[in-house]
Amino acid sequence: MARAASTRRKAVFTIIGWVAGLAVFFPILWTFLTSFKTEGTAIATPPQFLFFEWTLENYATVQERSNYMRHMTNSIVMSVGSTLIGLLIAIPAAWAMAFAPTRRTKDILMWMLSTKMLPAVGVLVPIYLIFRDWGLLDSLAGLTGVLVMVNLPIIVWMLYTYFREIPGDILEAARMDGASLRNEIIYVLTPMAVPGIASTMLLSIILAWNEAFWTLNLTASEAAPLTAFIAAYSSPEGLFWAKLSAASTLAIAPILILGWFAQRQLVRGLTFGAVK
Amino acid sequence: MATLHTRTSARLMMAPAVILLLAWMIVPLGMTLYFSLLRYNLLMPGMESWTGLDNYTYFLTDPAFSTALANTLLLVAGVLLITVAGGTALAVLLDQPFWGRGIVRLLVIAPFFVMPTVSALVWKNMLMHPVNGLFAWIARTVGLQPVDWLAEVPLFSIIVIVAWQWLPFATLILLTALQSLDEEQKEAAEMDGAGAGSRFIYIVLPHLARAITVVVLIQTIFLLSIFAEILVTTNGGPGVQTTTITYLVYLQALLQFDVGTASAGGIIAVILANIVAIFLIRLIGKNLDT
Amino acid sequence: MGSILLENVSKAFGEAVIIPSIDLDISDGEFVVFVGPSGCGKSTLLRLIAGLEDVSGGRILIDGSDMTGTPPARRRLAMVFQSYALYPHMSVRGNIAFPLKMAGENREVIERKVTDAARVLNLTDYLDRKPGQLSGGQRQRVAIGRAIVREPGAFLFDEPLSNLDAALRVAMRLEISQLHQHLKRTMIYVTHDQVEAMTMADKIVVLNAGKIEQVGSPLELYRSPHNLFVAGFIGSPKMNFVNGIEAEKLGAATVGVRPEHITLSTSDGLWEGEVGVAEHLGSDTFLHIEVKDVGQLTARVGGEFTVRPGDKLFISPDRDRLHRFNEKGAAF
Repeated sequence: MARAASTRRKAVFTIIGWVAGLAVFFPILWTFLTSFKTEGTAIATPPQFLFFEWTLENYATVQERSNYMRHMTNSIVMSVGSTLIGLLIAIPAAWAMAFAPTRRTKDILMWMLSTKMLPAVGVLVPIYLIFRDWGLLDSLAGLTGVLVMVNLPIIVWMLYTYFREIPGDILEAARMDGASLRNEIIYVLTPMAVPGIASTMLLSIILAWNEAFWTLNLTASEAAPLTAFIAAYSSPEGLFWAKLSAASTLAIAPILILGWFAQRQLVRGLTFGAVK
Repeated sequence: MATLHTRTSARLMMAPAVILLLAWMIVPLGMTLYFSLLRYNLLMPGMESWTGLDNYTYFLTDPAFSTALANTLLLVAGVLLITVAGGTALAVLLDQPFWGRGIVRLLVIAPFFVMPTVSALVWKNMLMHPVNGLFAWIARTVGLQPVDWLAEVPLFSIIVIVAWQWLPFATLILLTALQSLDEEQKEAAEMDGAGAGSRFIYIVLPHLARAITVVVLIQTIFLLSIFAEILVTTNGGPGVQTTTITYLVYLQALLQFDVGTASAGGIIAVILANIVAIFLIRLIGKNLDT
Repeated sequence: MGSILLENVSKAFGEAVIIPSIDLDISDGEFVVFVGPSGCGKSTLLRLIAGLEDVSGGRILIDGSDMTGTPPARRRLAMVFQSYALYPHMSVRGNIAFPLKMAGENREVIERKVTDAARVLNLTDYLDRKPGQLSGGQRQRVAIGRAIVREPGAFLFDEPLSNLDAALRVAMRLEISQLHQHLKRTMIYVTHDQVEAMTMADKIVVLNAGKIEQVGSPLELYRSPHNLFVAGFIGSPKMNFVNGIEAEKLGAATVGVRPEHITLSTSDGLWEGEVGVAEHLGSDTFLHIEVKDVGQLTARVGGEFTVRPGDKLFISPDRDRLHRFNEKGAAF
């Protein structure tokens, strides 16, 4: 940009930009504000925006009444666990496809992608029955396994696009230097791929954290992550807006922060490399 | 660039991912297909019997099916319309230099990270509630009758909620595409005498065409499976006004325990999704070669 | 230690045959340069020797034992890549130590060898830097350091100087030659630059379209090229080729004259021509002279030679240094 935008133009866009941004963000902001209100102020008419008595009592009650921390832990175990297992399976696969491609590599990638496009309802019944028969319903292990499968294609794809950017020369140099395949991956490939692996991990955690088909259908109470726990607010506790807001704020805050860090990589991951 | 040795190891390293995904896809899908041909209700165990295509006939002729299909298409089309138009506008806006642009971008992409159940509940209770909701208050303030959104225009309300969730996705991708547009191309058009409007129509939009296609296809895949938002807000109602194919299958399977019909519905959902998936996969495959 | 024998080696990628069949004998301690235009298969040949590609046919013997199917790590070869292929996340020390670490050497041995190599290559002050913080020449030295610490049977160089600027290239050329004299190990060096080949090699292998055109010492190739391709490829500026009636008068289908084997005169000579462009290098002057019925000839004259475009000159090739070729392009 050789020309500086005129200050006036910039000021106009600043106003439009902030209005649009705040409008889109408003429901989140509103939830955040409401979480600090008493139940009374939460439903007050006219709505109280900033000048109300701020209180932390909702955060305390949410935990006391509903075993909130257990659902939080479930969410963490599930999303982080499924991500780590997914990476463990996907790193070797992506390595193979990026550095030893064959004529079928492209087909395999496409096929993996197509499994992601399989609508979940198509396999809901058998998965539900298998889970029921194997005692996996409402278990963290079962749900984690499902999330691994749901996110595996995206993880493989994203890693693949990152690995392809690593020059093959360097891996060959390692081979010439006497590194076994294992050492090549541990000492050379993985450290070089750390940024790519990290963003893949972030995206996978975000997607797993917010997954709301299998978590709602395969859990009841024991293994319910935050998605399912919050859904339980739909009635009749939904009337307790302040508590709902506090629970929601806690549920979305960590992932929102992660997401802000990962915004660039998100595009690549979600479009399977079609847009960078 | 590889030797036989590395190729052999490559095959071994790919095996776990391939086998797992194959199992995840083929086994349950095969079971669904099999169940869809059975009279099979979980409430009547041991009574399974072969019925051929009866389940399909039943599912397809159920009056709820045509409504659900129409609802699904309306939901997908509505959300796409809002997100692509809104996303393009926001992307162009975020491409302009202004104070605090980085922060505004964070604000705009935030809804994407909100879990579906939370956004559905927040919209349902705190914004769309006919008595205490913010929209009702705004309506009363300007002297209008408040609308009971989820009862009077339930499908539209769900479209709005889902569009809000997916707007960041469209914005982010279109913004990325916009930023990859060669600055010199725009400058050349400017030298050629094109005004801001014609530059947008002749240079920017064609450049965005590919990204828009990607947005449309990927969103469609996800939108066909929208579930939590409906479960939490309307439970498919009132009546079947917000029942989509996905939700209908869920009703048949986990509420009526009719495995056979639910499986037939599942297969139909798979076929619907595949129609879109074929286009998407072609597009991405083409991109892989370059 | 490092003799390499290629027997009937061939390589094809699917339908595309890169190397039809090659036999080559490289003795221990020799500095061999593979030279040829891009796409001639020289890099592929090097990678076959390295084990980074499988041969489609034939055998590769290193030190007398068949290594055709042996993975690269166990061939006791070291390679320096065109891109240097340094590990960006490791320090210079880590890069040089990597092969030793892979070989399971103990800490003291690694430290001693890395220090020695760094001293030889003038890298002592840079041991703790990352490759990204080094200049092109320094990166090149790190790549060489990584190769020498392994004490391999032979070194493989894949166009190692092509990413350096001209001055640095000359300096590194000398360093690699000195390294060869110092280590006395077999070195195989791939380049498309005939100057590198001439200045460094004990033995040059000229490749074209996957075939060996000629093998010999630099001066053998210079004095008696077997065919038009080698004659045109070796020597700078390029050999002049004369076809047609003037060539027939000299008794061949094509006659080759090197620019430095031309005598110029203002009074008399075999051919008369008109000066086009004169390139003054100081030590030499290259004249491009347009000769009727012969075409454009390049002549090299020692020192400063004052001439203006358009001047008439008489040209005589040195009779005993003419290269004669038959219709098939073979020398006789």
